[in-house]
Amino acid sequence: MSQATLAVRRISGHAGPAPGEGVERDYQVCKLVDTTTCIGCKACEVACVEWNGYEFTDTVFDNSYQTMPATTWKYWNLIKFNEHENSDGTISLLMRKDQCMHCADPGCLAACPADGAIVQYTNGIVDFQQQNCIGCGYCVAGCPFDIPKFNPATKKMFKCTLCVDRVSEGLEPACIKSCPTGCLHFGTKDDMKDLAEARAAQLRDNFGFEKAGVYDPAGVGGTGVIYVLHDATNPEAYGGLPKDPQVPWVVRFWKGPAKWIGNLAMLGGVIGVTLHYLRFGPKEVHARKNGNGGHP
Amino acid sequence: MSTSHVISSGHTAGESDGRICRYTLAERVHHWVGVFSYVYCLITGLAFWSPYMFWLAVLVGGGATARFWHPWLGVAFTLSMFWMYKMWRPDMLITEPDRRWSKTMKQYIENDDQNLPPEGRFNYGQKLFFWLMFYGVILLLVSGIGMWFVESIPWSLRWLRYLAVTVHVVAAMATIGGFIIHVYMGTAMVRGGFTSIIRGEVSIAWAKTHHRLWYEQVTKGTSAEK
Repeated sequence: MSQATLAVRRISGHAGPAPGEGVERDYQVCKLVDTTTCIGCKACEVACVEWNGYEFTDTVFDNSYQTMPATTWKYWNLIKFNEHENSDGTISLLMRKDQCMHCADPGCLAACPADGAIVQYTNGIVDFQQQNCIGCGYCVAGCPFDIPKFNPATKKMFKCTLCVDRVSEGLEPACIKSCPTGCLHFGTKDDMKDLAEARAAQLRDNFGFEKAGVYDPAGVGGTGVIYVLHDATNPEAYGGLPKDPQVPWVVRFWKGPAKWIGNLAMLGGVIGVTLHYLRFGPKEVHARKNGNGGHP
Repeated sequence: MSTSHVISSGHTAGESDGRICRYTLAERVHHWVGVFSYVYCLITGLAFWSPYMFWLAVLVGGGATARFWHPWLGVAFTLSMFWMYKMWRPDMLITEPDRRWSKTMKQYIENDDQNLPPEGRFNYGQKLFFWLMFYGVILLLVSGIGMWFVESIPWSLRWLRYLAVTVHVVAAMATIGGFIIHVYMGTAMVRGGFTSIIRGEVSIAWAKTHHRLWYEQVTKGTSAEK
């Protein structure tokens, strides 16, 4: 994982293809979160805030261990707690580290109108470039995980960078480094998938979690953060992890066909009135009855 | 319309030097507040609309500046539109002469104007444009507020985020269509229209040609005979 993986694969709001698009294949980086060994210690939350240099945010108590209801523009990593009632009446305390999923097909990037405000590197990291961000919030509509957050002071959007600054120097993300149980892993997508599948098989075969599985949603082309879940058939129980996340079709239509329909309609309007003028010309004040016309 | 709309008139009706007040100063000011704010929103909106037009944002200080002012100028346009509604609503209601006139729209478009039925202060097309912009701006404002404060729409109601985007785009496109026709007709096609919204006056011949019922109304009982 060196800076070589920071070649740009995709850019938001860009007229034409991204320079260098598709000229190079490189391995994808990936975070694996094994929710079955997470103890909810929140070391990853602290490490994230520390590494990224933000002051700690006030916590919000809501009858739960959860630090606050949702991530914020300066709190990118949040363990979501859920006291989940199982079918046999027992309770499971489900804990899931919530952060940007670094989708292979990022909805934020599709929705973004600002040239170069969101980039996807060839290593799969989706990163916001605040110097190009215009603060419009379109990424909020595009994201299927409700991740991008607005900083009202600077009017820019922020989210987890997957510690692109650390990764590009060959280090693991800060959250990974801080995890005391080893439930967080970092490596290439292929390696993390293998590890996750092996762990899920172990849970199924040896621990009685028959529905255990890996969360790597195909609807967004797979993600750069994957989860091992005790019950992969019910990801919603893990702090609202969407079952089948998709880039909203409205965003797809808006950024696809609507653009061309709209542009052609506007161009057609301008051409139409021009042709009208050439064919019929201006309306002159005409002499009617006893009027003699003339200029207004 | 009161007779004060006649500023001066020739000794015989139809003399080209006779002038009639068509728009008061207040009407012109509000029209141009509307023009400025709408055009700002149009330029910046097109910049956000397509990467191929993002350069338009540079004209007004860059993307972030454009994003900051776009909603505020949108509010300004809404206010100017509501003010125009307050001023013009009585003149903009669709009337019986409009229905007659609407049947001759094709002749009007082809400048075959000799047999058009007389129209009031605004013709049917102008009224359609007015109501398009009036309802368009309401949709743009409501959906625009949703896009402005998109994070305030809870995740469970996220369909409202998508609805806001859709409505904003559709309403914007509809007003742009009307705007293109309005600018074309007001400047190039109907000569005298542009000066009337700047200086407020039209010639008597112009008034008789384009808005005969209005002309008759405002000159009733004055020296300018029919």
